Amino acid sequence: MNRRSFLKTTAATAVVAGAGVPALAQDGPLKVGFIYVGPVGDMGWSYQHDQARKALEKAFGDKIETSYIENVPEGPDAERALTQLALAGNKLIFATSFGFMDATVNVAKKFPNVMFEHATGYKLAKNLATYDAKFFQGRAIQGTIGGRMTKTNKIGYIGSFPIPEVYQGINAAYLAAKKVNPDVEMKVVWAYTWFDPAKEADAASALISDGVDVLLQHTDSTAPQAKAQEAGNVITFGQASDMSSFAPKPRVSSTIDNWTPYYTKRVQDMLDGTWKSEATWGGIDSGMVEIGEISDAVPAEVKAEALKLKDDIASGAVHPFTGPLNKQDGSVFLADGEMATDDQLHSMTFYVEGMTAEAPK
Amino acid sequence: MITLIRRPNPSRFWSYATPVAAVIATMIAGGLLFALLGKHPVEAIRVIFYEPLFGENAAYFRGQLLVKAGPLVLIACGLAVGFRAGIWNIGAEGQYIMGALASAWLALHMYPAESHWLFPAMIVLGAIGGLLWAMIPALLKVWFGTSEILVSLMLVYVAENLLAYMAFGPLKNPEGYGFPGSRNLQDYPSAHNAELIAGTGLHWGVVAALVAVIFTYILMHRHIMGFRIRVAGEAPRAARFAGVVPARLVMISLGFAGALAGLAGMFEVSGPAGQITDSFNVGYGFTAIIVAFLGRLHPVGILLAGLLMALTYIGGDMAQLTLGLPSAAIQVFQGMLLFFLLGFDVLTNFRVRLGRRAVA
Repeated sequence: MNRRSFLKTTAATAVVAGAGVPALAQDGPLKVGFIYVGPVGDMGWSYQHDQARKALEKAFGDKIETSYIENVPEGPDAERALTQLALAGNKLIFATSFGFMDATVNVAKKFPNVMFEHATGYKLAKNLATYDAKFFQGRAIQGTIGGRMTKTNKIGYIGSFPIPEVYQGINAAYLAAKKVNPDVEMKVVWAYTWFDPAKEADAASALISDGVDVLLQHTDSTAPQAKAQEAGNVITFGQASDMSSFAPKPRVSSTIDNWTPYYTKRVQDMLDGTWKSEATWGGIDSGMVEIGEISDAVPAEVKAEALKLKDDIASGAVHPFTGPLNKQDGSVFLADGEMATDDQLHSMTFYVEGMTAEAPK
Repeated sequence: MITLIRRPNPSRFWSYATPVAAVIATMIAGGLLFALLGKHPVEAIRVIFYEPLFGENAAYFRGQLLVKAGPLVLIACGLAVGFRAGIWNIGAEGQYIMGALASAWLALHMYPAESHWLFPAMIVLGAIGGLLWAMIPALLKVWFGTSEILVSLMLVYVAENLLAYMAFGPLKNPEGYGFPGSRNLQDYPSAHNAELIAGTGLHWGVVAALVAVIFTYILMHRHIMGFRIRVAGEAPRAARFAGVVPARLVMISLGFAGALAGLAGMFEVSGPAGQITDSFNVGYGFTAIIVAFLGRLHPVGILLAGLLMALTYIGGDMAQLTLGLPSAAIQVFQGMLLFFLLGFDVLTNFRVRLGRRAVA
């Protein structure tokens, strides 16, 4: 049993004194810590982060040492878990859920010499960076495939929480679908969870019985895939991970969160001493958003169209949010030819024009 | 052949010995579980029980024990009173949420005005929030004879949905970019339940838990009310002859438990948690049931049991980190504690006889 060496008590004493933790020269590997909101076996969000952690271990070998704490509830427990990671000598810590935000900010204040990375949040500090992926780019491709393939002209979307990231996804999918199929209608059910197989299955059933034959999910379990498989004539897309066990049908493609390139870069920056705090929002071009294999259930010409859109988004030739574009209430969002800025997208809490669903208050 | 023979009176020895036996049995069975997972069992138990108390960073983790044990002890004290009277409030989690919501509502309503009166008012409102929520199962039981077990449990889910509604709706931080969750009360000095001594984890909720232990002790063991409660639980018929009014007892037991659970929610939302989010509640109300029984429904026992339970949480995180134990294994470990406790409890009320079957 090789017990990992802890920082000496000085660190704890420093915390108690309310002062910052002194930089302790550390020989040996760089320690990198992770906290996950779910179990590493959720096959979705936390699973993908853990895959990237494993990739880091493989890539950097004995130059780094990683550890993680899973199933960390958002709130005070997260603060303790993060402190625990910092006290254990981790110099780079990834907090991989939005709800860890305030806890990460607090702990980052106490450990000025430890670098923190918070996924999907918006609070930065000198030793706290944020990172997120442009999931909506993948939604545009799903919308294209869905719009072409739907027979009922009804696309269903299982929303997690009414926050900008999810609005971006719904709007991007709707706009792409409407472009190839003007009759398409988007139905939305809010599950108010990121991961709850039972609720997700209920949401999927509700949408399917409503006539939906293309199902998009912004929640991380495979329960909606299973429901679609039962229904038979419904197609779905993998979320967060590839969910390829449901291929070739119902799962016809997927959006994969690939954190490996980003994590690799940040660890390399730490090793080189060039790490700095910044907000990263990566898309298809950076490899952060990957499009899972488009299965044979998709007609060849639709597949080609989807892949071309993917390339155009990656090259910047196409932006899923390009004017003229109005909000649902008819007011102008983007003028003709105008492309949405990141700031505009970050505060998107509305549906675009044409959506018939009612946005939650 | 093993035969169980009911004791005329519960064994005093075993009622003290079973918690200890349960802890030891949990360590052994847990060690086996960890060994099956390929971890060194003794090392795992050592990391869970020893490391947070005496390890290298113990100064930090001892404080965290208080943060974790505070709400558990506070809620369990209230539950124990009802359990003693045979009134089963399973819904402390909901009462905890309502206490937090009521006090956070007040604070967010007053924001950003600073006032010395705000924090005390939040305490009162927190207690009232939990108390009123607990009055629902109490009144339904008194008026219609409904089961307080079911009603209080079901109201947890109602409270959870109300919490989500508040986090996404009325209490949402207007400067939060549309993200769910209220303002953080840690950034609002008048409402912040800050650490009393920095770095120790000691906040007003921990103080309140200690006061609750003393208060519950006096109530249960030094006051006529406590006598009535205990008689009602042990011999309901006798209690009626002694002039105990069952309806009043139901109201008092549930009200007391609700108020304490509400207080726990208030201290949590204004302190360690800081904000109303849809994931604000993490199961203290349910874990407190284990704590109450592990502590033999006695205030001092509850204090010790709360600290022990907190230790398994913090040590459990540590075992994940240093040994790579999956968090599910830690949860199984915590569940075993109640399982063994209930199992060994048989010894309190029964004698075990080995050998021939007793003649009827």
